[in-house]
Amino acid sequence: MPDHAPPPTPRTLFTEFARMGLSGFGGVLPFVRRAVVERNRWLDDREFVELLSLGQVLPGPNVINLAVMMGLRFAGWRGALAAFAGLVFVPMAIVLGLLLLYEHFQDIAAVRNMLRGMTAVAAGLVLATGVKLALGQSRTWRAALVGVGAFVAIGVLRWPLLPVMAVLVPLAIWLEWNTMRGVKTGKLEAE
Amino acid sequence: MERIAELLGHFATLSLLAIGGASSTIPDMHRFLVEANGWLTDAQFSAMYAISQAAPGPNVLFVALFGWKVAGFGGSLAAIVGMCGPSSLIAVGFEYFAGRSPHARWPVLIRRGLAGLTIGLLLSTGWVLAASIDHRWTGIALTLATVVLTLKTRVHPLLLIGIGAAAGALGFV
Repeated sequence: MPDHAPPPTPRTLFTEFARMGLSGFGGVLPFVRRAVVERNRWLDDREFVELLSLGQVLPGPNVINLAVMMGLRFAGWRGALAAFAGLVFVPMAIVLGLLLLYEHFQDIAAVRNMLRGMTAVAAGLVLATGVKLALGQSRTWRAALVGVGAFVAIGVLRWPLLPVMAVLVPLAIWLEWNTMRGVKTGKLEAE
Repeated sequence: MERIAELLGHFATLSLLAIGGASSTIPDMHRFLVEANGWLTDAQFSAMYAISQAAPGPNVLFVALFGWKVAGFGGSLAAIVGMCGPSSLIAVGFEYFAGRSPHARWPVLIRRGLAGLTIGLLLSTGWVLAASIDHRWTGIALTLATVVLTLKTRVHPLLLIGIGAAAGALGFV
């Protein structure tokens, strides 16, 4: 690791993460990579990907996980808090400002209709993300079973998330574990 | 005050269930805020989400808008701290105790195993959002067109949101 910059202070973490949060519309992750790896050289690409995949395995908003882990690594607890505050609270002020603007004008029919049009697009964006992820996966019957099960239970039947996840998460991991073990013991030569 | 505590508690639970990001818990937020408690109408729920998409910042900020509608500024703080707090504590815990050691097999196992689940939840989110506003065929067409354009082209999401805003303001949706 030859050309790492010196670790940032909590103050720098706050301002840098605020800058990343304010740059990204519809996802800040690309800006986080650019700022952390390219502009500030706090991490190299390999370290960044390692941290990101850990952030994605753990529950919660991925980019927030990434920010607090980096904050802790570079500047301890104060660093984690500073990165979190910069990334979340600074853009939050803008979002709440937009909300107040909307509430002021929401009696106008055109404004309400505008939001409906935006939601129709936002729904399409989320669906497209799901489809994109599905296309990038190796298509197995276990993934399909768990995915369709989640869609029917949560999307169509509108069941509460907690009991559904209490069943589907262990089931999904058990199915995957069984397969990985099968590959290791029996089918290794066929791979 | 009671509502703020309930918000904090519910979003703190969702924080631990949010695999694949905060968006995958939107169907349960809809169930909790609109169907079970009646704190938001369907139209308000989808409007809050749409506003968050038109603003900069991490995706998770839409929960602050839900919180605001339920209980003002305290509600927005409760929602965002609830949604990010427990999961952040787990993340720093991992960084503190296991961050520097090379990865074993289990992250791969969990990521691969839960991929299908994450996809099912994301599709549920799209479905719930679409069902909240797409009552006319034009709305459904706009949603489907967005899916196709996003998959087939490199068009910027914000441009699509802008087109949706224009189509809506002109009364097409």
